[in-house]
Amino acid sequence: MALENILILAAASFLWAALLRDRGRTWFMLIASVLVIFWLQPTLPIRGFDFWIPVATLVIAIFSWYITANDEARRKRKNWGVFALVAGIVLLLSLTRYFPIAQILTASRPPPIETLLAVIAISGMVFFGTAHLNRFNVTLLVIGIFILIVVFLVLKIPALTYWLSYGLRALMSQSLTSVSANDFHWLGFSYVAFRLLHTLRDRQMGRLPSVDLGEYLTYVIFFPAFTAGPIDRLERFIKDLRAVPSPQSHKDAMTQSEKSSRLRAFESSWLNETVYPAGQRLLIGTFKKFVLADSLALIALNEANAAQVTSTLWMWVIVYAYAFQIYFDFSGYTDIALGIAGLLGIKLPENFASPYLKPNLTQFWNNWHMTLTQWFRAYFFNPITRWLRSWQKPMSIPMMILLTQVATMLLIGFWHGITWNFTLWGLWHGLGLFIHNRWNDATKAKAAAWATTPAREAMLNSSGILLTFHFVALGWVFFALSSPATSWQVILILFGVN
Amino acid sequence: MNQEIKPLNVLFKGLLLFLLFTLVIAAWQPGIGQLSLYNSLYPGRERLPFGENPKQSYNLSLFNLDAMFASHVIAGMSKGDDEFRVIIVGDSSVWGTLLKPEETLAGQLNQDNLNACGKNVRVYNLGYPTISLTKDVMLLSHGMGYDPDLVIWMTTLDAFPLEKQTSTPLVANNEETVRGLATNYGLRVEADDPNLVKKSFWGKTFVGDRRSWADILRLQIYGVMWASTGIDQFYPTNYERAQTDFDADERYHDFTLPDLNEDGLALNALETGFRVADETPMLLVNEPMLISSGANSDIRYNFFYPRWAYDDYREMMIALSAQNGWTYVDLWNIVPANEFTNSAIHLTPAGEKLVAENLAPYILEMCE
Repeated sequence: MALENILILAAASFLWAALLRDRGRTWFMLIASVLVIFWLQPTLPIRGFDFWIPVATLVIAIFSWYITANDEARRKRKNWGVFALVAGIVLLLSLTRYFPIAQILTASRPPPIETLLAVIAISGMVFFGTAHLNRFNVTLLVIGIFILIVVFLVLKIPALTYWLSYGLRALMSQSLTSVSANDFHWLGFSYVAFRLLHTLRDRQMGRLPSVDLGEYLTYVIFFPAFTAGPIDRLERFIKDLRAVPSPQSHKDAMTQSEKSSRLRAFESSWLNETVYPAGQRLLIGTFKKFVLADSLALIALNEANAAQVTSTLWMWVIVYAYAFQIYFDFSGYTDIALGIAGLLGIKLPENFASPYLKPNLTQFWNNWHMTLTQWFRAYFFNPITRWLRSWQKPMSIPMMILLTQVATMLLIGFWHGITWNFTLWGLWHGLGLFIHNRWNDATKAKAAAWATTPAREAMLNSSGILLTFHFVALGWVFFALSSPATSWQVILILFGVN
Repeated sequence: MNQEIKPLNVLFKGLLLFLLFTLVIAAWQPGIGQLSLYNSLYPGRERLPFGENPKQSYNLSLFNLDAMFASHVIAGMSKGDDEFRVIIVGDSSVWGTLLKPEETLAGQLNQDNLNACGKNVRVYNLGYPTISLTKDVMLLSHGMGYDPDLVIWMTTLDAFPLEKQTSTPLVANNEETVRGLATNYGLRVEADDPNLVKKSFWGKTFVGDRRSWADILRLQIYGVMWASTGIDQFYPTNYERAQTDFDADERYHDFTLPDLNEDGLALNALETGFRVADETPMLLVNEPMLISSGANSDIRYNFFYPRWAYDDYREMMIALSAQNGWTYVDLWNIVPANEFTNSAIHLTPAGEKLVAENLAPYILEMCE
């Protein structure tokens, strides 16, 4: 999100909250979110696809709701209203094709309306095709999970994305001479997919709360968190969405003066407890992202400077710059998301808690992109550990830890992209976590016995912080660059082997 | 004491303080550009900052002369008794478009380890990639603060037309400096020159002048990349060679055949340059240019010049120099056409070496 996007969204959220408070809050968030996914989708070289991608996000989200919703939630009349509203917004956006002056919410000219109607018709047919399954169907959940993972793989494996771009260009009768894997950029899919997978899996496990279509869509494409997270959980999100403090409640039973004094008290508490903390968070996030991170980006490690810098000292400087740039960038966006959501009364989960000040790698990962690691813990690490433990002849504990840590970190690496460098980055952290676990087991008692004074404790802690930070910083070399050879060259320079 | 914080008050006071700060900046106009990490944390740059693609060149164009000079190596060099300090002003051919710092004219002269009158010659590149005599005078005036023993002023006809004097952004955005040159050295500048950007009070506030503050900050940040790579320019792997075939076009700006009308040339700027240099010896050089042998080369020397205009300019320069007692060197045709790169005045390293070899004797001669 660019600064102007953030300012517009924050101003819109503040104005809505200031003028209307809780009235139509879900509707406001839903409409804003639908518009934002079109507005933020960058222009693509494949004709029309910067319009079709947001449409696909909506279609997938609606299908996911349908197969996860229970019968009671499905039967709500409100769902039809939500469906009509979303379809209406998409149709209106499509109609801007004929009014160029109104094309401010789409990256390029929307495709012809008849094509959109055809897509809606086909989606509708598929929808009604599955609608006869008017009872919850576990097979559909499995199919849903499978489709999401396949789409995810296609988007994350550059060779597959290339062929997707090739196919779509051919479909659109466009030139095939300049096909690139970068042609196809589905904004927000990584986060949307993880929210959807969470709901599908929780539905399988029978622990998903019952929500209507509007609530579900708002959760999946909630605009403050659409592009960079955090990855909230539906049951937590819904609690905030449904709980609205309001001075309007019981208004009929109150006298005029009671109403006024209650309104004043509410306004004061709204300012102090909602607007100011949210505004502060927004300001901090904006400063982190647009001042600190963007400044550090000028000197942070990248493909070009990795090949140009030959001095060990300066190589460390640009690696440090990258380490802080990625932190300020990502945590800045999280602050911005939390700030805007806060204005709307939604308390999104924290994603970062001073990760570079943690004395070991395990704690680092408990405090870096927390919602992603929690997601993997819940849906991969814990189930796989339980499964390994359930073996009749379970493997040794160290072996199990090695396997689960490495596999989890590899998957987190793949979430960023399925390339050799992300694989190495995942492996680096997986092995690091395993080594820390074993080291901690072996030395915990000795360390506790040695650190008997506050000074020793501080020394142990600070050396842990330094070691962890540098381990993480070295890992960023794989993350920032695209080839193992270049990364290895940088690491050699960092250690003076040039 | 547990005092309740009132966010509205904090917001109000914060805004008030910021307003005060930005107004103080407007009234005070601190010389923030003089603060620099160059020549301390990073080595000074070998040439003035200029860059159209900062992400690739680790360099950027800004208008703050103090910041530009503070980032230059000349600002960090205290002049020793054994140094014979030479500054070169001029356009992109001096700055060194497509050349590494050591390949520029200044770089090549430094590599020659010249010894003039028992002192080591150290040459500083104060060229800047726009063509205007007034721009040269402005940079020369700033450069004089670093106590040069010799000034070399490389120029070409295209720096002379009046309409080019203040239109270059570096001059246009240094209105006060240009007016100062008019007051102190008699530089002729129109009172209502539309090119010169006069900063309003708002434009001088921190908010109004934020671009300038951000540029200074970015210049400091890019110092890391300059220090770590020695790169200050983007070097494309391919570029279009200078044009050698032309239309039969004899036009040159607003001048008409057969003579250059001196009223349309900024000869006053040239004279001002010598007044700025004052007692310091100055070598005026007509820089080399590409002499084409392509289509219509009997009409035009190159992209910039029809033959009649350039021939007339050379005659004028010889006459002017003799009349004013200026030391003038005409190197117009010393570089063969194949030693030019993407413009009729941009040289290859070999071309610059040729120029350096031709200038070195003058440096040795003029130290006395």
